[in-house]
Amino acid sequence: MKKFKNLLLGLIGLVIPSLLFSQEIELLGAGATFPYPLYTKMFDVYYKEKGVKINYQSIGSGGGQRQLLSKTVDFGASDAFMSDEQLKNAPGEILHIPICLGAVVLTYNLPESPKLRLTPELIADIFLGKIKKWNDERIKRVNPSFNLPNMEIIVVHRSDGSGTTFIFTDYLSKISEEWKEKVGAGTQVNWPTGIGGKGNEGVAGLVKQIPGSIGYVELIYAIQNELPVGLIMNKSGNFIEPSIESVSASADIELPDDMRVSITNTDAKEGYPISGFTWILVYKEQNYDGRKKEKAEALVKLLWWMTHEGQKYTKPLHYAPLPEKIVKKVEKLIKSITYNGKSILK
Amino acid sequence: MINLVSKKEKKKFKKDLVFDILFRNIIFLSGVFIILLLFAIFLTLTFNSFPSLKVFGIKFLYGKTWDPVFNEFGALPFLIGTILTSFLALIISIPFSFSISIFLGEYFREGKISSLLKTLIELLAGIPSIIYGFWGLFVFAPVVRYIQIKLGITPYGVGIFTASIILSIMIIPYSASIGREVIELVPSEIKEAAYSLGATRYEVIKKVILPYARSGILSGIILSLGRALGETMAVTMVVGNSNFIPKNIFSPGNTMASVIANEFAEATGDLYLSALIEIGLILFLVTLIINLIGRYVIRKYAVSL
Repeated sequence: MKKFKNLLLGLIGLVIPSLLFSQEIELLGAGATFPYPLYTKMFDVYYKEKGVKINYQSIGSGGGQRQLLSKTVDFGASDAFMSDEQLKNAPGEILHIPICLGAVVLTYNLPESPKLRLTPELIADIFLGKIKKWNDERIKRVNPSFNLPNMEIIVVHRSDGSGTTFIFTDYLSKISEEWKEKVGAGTQVNWPTGIGGKGNEGVAGLVKQIPGSIGYVELIYAIQNELPVGLIMNKSGNFIEPSIESVSASADIELPDDMRVSITNTDAKEGYPISGFTWILVYKEQNYDGRKKEKAEALVKLLWWMTHEGQKYTKPLHYAPLPEKIVKKVEKLIKSITYNGKSILK
Repeated sequence: MINLVSKKEKKKFKKDLVFDILFRNIIFLSGVFIILLLFAIFLTLTFNSFPSLKVFGIKFLYGKTWDPVFNEFGALPFLIGTILTSFLALIISIPFSFSISIFLGEYFREGKISSLLKTLIELLAGIPSIIYGFWGLFVFAPVVRYIQIKLGITPYGVGIFTASIILSIMIIPYSASIGREVIELVPSEIKEAAYSLGATRYEVIKKVILPYARSGILSGIILSLGRALGETMAVTMVVGNSNFIPKNIFSPGNTMASVIANEFAEATGDLYLSALIEIGLILFLVTLIINLIGRYVIRKYAVSL
């Protein structure tokens, strides 16, 4: 498998001959598709300001992790953090640097597009296939003001493996014992019911077409396409409308130092419960495979910039920026990156 | 001794001979290269699916669960989905491609209408599959959904039926073009002979042209089946991507090519990846077996002439 990946990367390298001839430092990254528009913007600005070129391939979170493990990229990017087992088998210590937050929203196709209120139990039972009709007593009880139709509920999920699916199933596993035992969390799961659409646009396309359907998409996608979205009850019992502010608020809690944490079903009172970080993954010790010190320095500076100055590019693109509290912790993480055991950034 | 061939001519003769041998060898090597390539693909697929082969063995073929979270993989729903959509598409496409080949190969061999039709059919083959997918999802699926609502079944719109129709449109050009060419190749002498014996046009088609062109038409159909088996993008968009064995023709399902395309990029974990590669291996073998059967059928029919 590694050989195959190397070959693939070799081909990518051939396509970009500038890589072989240019004298300037160039960083290579690969991974998550979710933050791709943001990273493109950030890397473009960074190149204009600092002259460091960053080549990012959005091949998916799983691919990003694999590329980093086979050391073919300077950094990987992922919407899901690596498991303890994966980290144990890695060739070096890997750090997770959060860059921004994303969220998953529920969108549906019902007459008059009501602003539905959904409790965790409702969401779990709909996606488990246990609530089959829209006029089910339990849905009606939470939404007394709407006249819900006698329509079959058709669940639409992602057909491709995705960080979006990971955040959503991670949330479901936290709020429902049954989901945790039967389905679990992952970038791709064994869905108990429903049909699959490829990408956010595939899911949204199916939901728009099929009367009585419900699906999940990224917040950004729902905002840009003005889809009807549901308010979701969080741990504190508040119904939260998904927005950049409520997503940022969801990370405003005590987090572990390594930032490898899922913040779905957050304790934050005003936080939207189906949100998550997207990370950049790097090796803690940067001197491997004969890498030059300049490259390591460039990488660390880039990470610092992305989590500080770069944060201003999040909101215009509908990504939620990191809260202040998190940035302070991220600074510590970035400072812990070393070259030959010595901290690169002081 | 009389020198019949001049020195110059001798030299030229030698040069030609060297060129001939060289040319022959290059052709030979190209052929060998293709075989090696195919063999290498097979080996790579087998080698990379070892972890999955070891864990699941033959159960992979009849296992119904595809669960990346709990690492349980069975390919039966995809195997059934692939075979069902491909053969349905083939059955739907045959009457159309058959009529098109007879129409263009026998009735309207020349003229404006004929060349327009020929161009259009070739155009059909040139349309990228994603366009078919979009058309299927946004134009054809709503039509199917309308029918489903009228019939009182769950109005998914997408599913095995929708995918088969889209596939059949995609493969018609292949079988139709080959069919037309072989029908055109039927020698006019034997057709004229039949006419002179008082045969009608229908009788000529039925008793002379079709038996003569049968093996060619069949190989066109086999080729189009190969295309249907491997088609990925368009099918993914309209098949419903549901990892269950389809209950009826309107149920959503999934195919082998589609599941690989969907899940490969985000597959984490070695067993998961290896299971996906094993699906690739099975698809490779299924295509091979169907092609071999096709060849056997063609030979059998060609001999019976």
